[in-house]
Amino acid sequence: MNKGDKIELKVTPDPYVTVRYAGASGDFNPIHFDDDFAKAVGLPGRILHGLWTMAQVARAHTDAAGGPEALKRLSVQFRGMGLIGEEITVSGTVLETDGEVALVRSQVAQAGRRIIRNAEAELEIA
Amino acid sequence: MSLSTEAVGRTFPAVSYQVGREKIREYANAVGETNPIHHDVEAARAAGYPDLVAPPMFAVVYAAPSVAQALMHPDVGLDFSMMVHGSQEFRWGPVVIAGEEISTTTTVKEIAERGGMGFYVFESVSENERAEVVCTAIWTNIVRGTS
Repeated sequence: MNKGDKIELKVTPDPYVTVRYAGASGDFNPIHFDDDFAKAVGLPGRILHGLWTMAQVARAHTDAAGGPEALKRLSVQFRGMGLIGEEITVSGTVLETDGEVALVRSQVAQAGRRIIRNAEAELEIA
Repeated sequence: MSLSTEAVGRTFPAVSYQVGREKIREYANAVGETNPIHHDVEAARAAGYPDLVAPPMFAVVYAAPSVAQALMHPDVGLDFSMMVHGSQEFRWGPVVIAGEEISTTTTVKEIAERGGMGFYVFESVSENERAEVVCTAIWTNIVRGTS
């Protein structure tokens, strides 16, 4: 993994991904699986869990680095809502590397909007 | 509404979480992890691990009971109906393996009001049974309309 290398992951969240993620993670905030509730609190409808979207960022990095042990740090800023049924794209660039650790900057876009920005990761590449 | 900062600095009692194989599989399926070391015990062993390996973001699962204790404490006073997840950071140590028991403590790092919004920052530190820190996480929640 060298400076300037790109990583990318595309995934389309299916209608039930938030239901499965709620059960798997224990985050049962109804804005993620109840359209009526979500609309009642001013959202366009139920939305993705931010931490599910962050898990896609993590997966883009661990897939590129060859396994979960490589990922030593990941930070993200959540911006905007992740919608169900629209493809999301994780895209990142290796900013620098000393041969042992690569610093990767990434973002997540959906339908032209950035829903995660300024994501920063450290990957062990030695 | 002004925020109470009384809980800042408080560390809540540790909460332990037993990592199960089926929970790792369920989580891996929910986030689309296809690496066989998260699903297949033989594949994990062939890769040098004693059992299934938890994906890094499984930290959400083992830290949640501890973080929830802080998030929901009345002295913290967080209004969930107006809460959004602002930012998140994880730093990982050794990987977590099925069968391990992970102990997490959560500290209230900051409660502050800026620009009419409430910022609630929590830090969770998770250790395995060998007292190795497997994950440190910073959870930043923002509450709209606090003033």
